[in-house]
Amino acid sequence: MNAPGKLTVTLPSDREVLITRWFAAPRDLVFDCWTKPELIRRWLLGPEGWTMTVCTVDLRVGGRYRYEWRSTEGSVMGMGGEYREIVRPERLGSVELFDEDWTGGEATSTIVLTEEGGGTLLRQTSRYASKEARDGALRTGMTEGMEYGFGRLDALLAERAAAR
Amino acid sequence: MASAETLDATFAALADPTRRAILARLALGEASVNELAAPFAMSQPAISKHIKVLERAGLVSRGRDAQRRPVRIEGAPLASASAWLERYRAIWEVNFGRLDALLGELQAIKPPEKRT
Repeated sequence: MNAPGKLTVTLPSDREVLITRWFAAPRDLVFDCWTKPELIRRWLLGPEGWTMTVCTVDLRVGGRYRYEWRSTEGSVMGMGGEYREIVRPERLGSVELFDEDWTGGEATSTIVLTEEGGGTLLRQTSRYASKEARDGALRTGMTEGMEYGFGRLDALLAERAAAR
Repeated sequence: MASAETLDATFAALADPTRRAILARLALGEASVNELAAPFAMSQPAISKHIKVLERAGLVSRGRDAQRRPVRIEGAPLASASAWLERYRAIWEVNFGRLDALLGELQAIKPPEKRT
């Protein structure tokens, strides 16, 4: 039912985004990959060409985390938050905010890991202050996608300039 | 159609975070200049300038409603809400692909008896 690699993104309510994904690994490892900076840095990077420049985690209730990314074109993105619930290896709750979230909505993010099919099923629910804030956050993904396209456009322009 | 000049104009228009944020907002539907200016610490004339740059690049157009002159995004791929949802999904897909590889690597080095 949950084939490895099958990712779903749904909008269960006006204020929520739910991501589900199955991983062929035990829960504790998946949990570590979400909470240990040296592991987070290895995968939470967004599109090709982005690197994580800041990744700090203070993994305790009330502790803060901070992520920043930079693209090869020099664009910078950042987000931060505070942990609200830590139940290793099954739940991780936090309040988070993207630097460029101009809708001004802090979101609660809850990650629930369940053992399923010999692996781990991840359910990540992000709950925003309003529908507008949620849509703003989804557009952050779009903006990032645009940055990605931007890099390709850059290459195309350089190619054309060289051919002149 | 996509001459070097057109591409230059598009590139220049997109090379600004405020203009990209305006486009991202317009992907949800048309908005007035006032509505677009609201989230930014910027004057309405400054936002109008950004909109003119986007308009010249053919990325947005202005409606005919004399009072509001709503701004709307041009270009089907940017306009569709399913497109931004798809892009959001695509980014997580890339992230999770890397996470799969990392989890594989961690399990290869981790003694099986320590797994829970």
